[in-house]
Amino acid sequence: MEIQKPAIAGTLESSDAQIVVEPFTDGIQLSIESSVMNQYGRQIKATVLETLEHLGVKNGKITVNDKGALECTLKARVECAVFRSCGASEKNIPWGGVVR
Amino acid sequence: MIKRPKPQKFRLRRTMMFMNAQKPGLIKDAYIYGADSIILDLEDAVAENQKDAARFSLYQALQNVDYGDTEVIVRINGLDTPHWQEDIRCVVAGGADGIRIAKCESAQDVLTVEEHVLAAEREFGVEEGRTLLMAALESPKGILNAYEIVTASDRMFGCAISGGDFRKSMHVQIEEGGIEMLSARGQMLLAARAAGVQCFDTMFPYLDDTEGFQAEVIQNRKMGFDGKSVINPKQIRFVHETFAPTPKEIAYAEKLVRSFNEQAESGVGVYTVDGKMVDIPFFEDARRVIALAKACGVYKGDL
Repeated sequence: MEIQKPAIAGTLESSDAQIVVEPFTDGIQLSIESSVMNQYGRQIKATVLETLEHLGVKNGKITVNDKGALECTLKARVECAVFRSCGASEKNIPWGGVVR
Repeated sequence: MIKRPKPQKFRLRRTMMFMNAQKPGLIKDAYIYGADSIILDLEDAVAENQKDAARFSLYQALQNVDYGDTEVIVRINGLDTPHWQEDIRCVVAGGADGIRIAKCESAQDVLTVEEHVLAAEREFGVEEGRTLLMAALESPKGILNAYEIVTASDRMFGCAISGGDFRKSMHVQIEEGGIEMLSARGQMLLAARAAGVQCFDTMFPYLDDTEGFQAEVIQNRKMGFDGKSVINPKQIRFVHETFAPTPKEIAYAEKLVRSFNEQAESGVGVYTVDGKMVDIPFFEDARRVIALAKACGVYKGDL
């Protein structure tokens, strides 16, 4: 998938994460801010990159503001933000396909 | 990836706790409070512009959170919204146990949902017939059509009245003693029992009114409900205690079952126990009480 316009998903509530995706032409530029950076920073990065890979996102500026989200929440927020950026978040989601 | 066991159509459902599917803090540990079922909500709890986000959140929770023995039901958006079809795809693909149809008013509503559920089961390779259904009756029309609704599909395990919307449509408020919904509750119970499905009461919204809450739960039990919606973990325990058979009921049921076994052997059909006439229907009900006591974990006997 290609990030076509800026999009956001998630909140800054505890156990959630807010993801902002923006168009970018030169690969993935990822920045992470987290309330649990020291313990889980590497894991958050791995989860976000893996989710982007599943979605086939090759280029994009991704900003993560994590408030202690579980891995499944991080995935859900990244997926939602990317689908929103393509205007495709409302229907015919490939559940179990690239969303997994 | 969590693979949930095949849902059971008939199981213990004393409490069904509502959780907003859009709130990760709620859905990640929804099972620890011990409700028999949880209802992850895509409908009223989720803002109109977050319906898409709630589905991604729901799908990932269904795939990754181990809810154990807690039944996982999803309340989908009404059939008059643009959301319900994608809700169904998400719920079925994610592997939830069942769907609560909001604002159900006719057998046709059930058939429409069932058709899309079946299509989704085929699309995502889920066993056909796995996903159960229940109906939320929220209007006078829904109550009047309760029987045709609960008999519209083999997937249907029960119905619940939804007090908020129902009271609004009847121009009434919550009253002490529940007179404002007495006939609706009664009519829904008749329909559910006639169809052989379960029947659930609405949630009690005043979290700090313990007395009012308890009175309503006790009335629910006396009327014959199988369970109740709850909106806060602190409501669970009282409902579970109230819906479990009492020691007295259990003792009487045991006595009936034992005496029936003896009488049947000597060819007697109707007889008296403790001065009260009993016959075969009493025996069946006694067995139901013992089964319920076992399911509630309060049975200590050996029947």
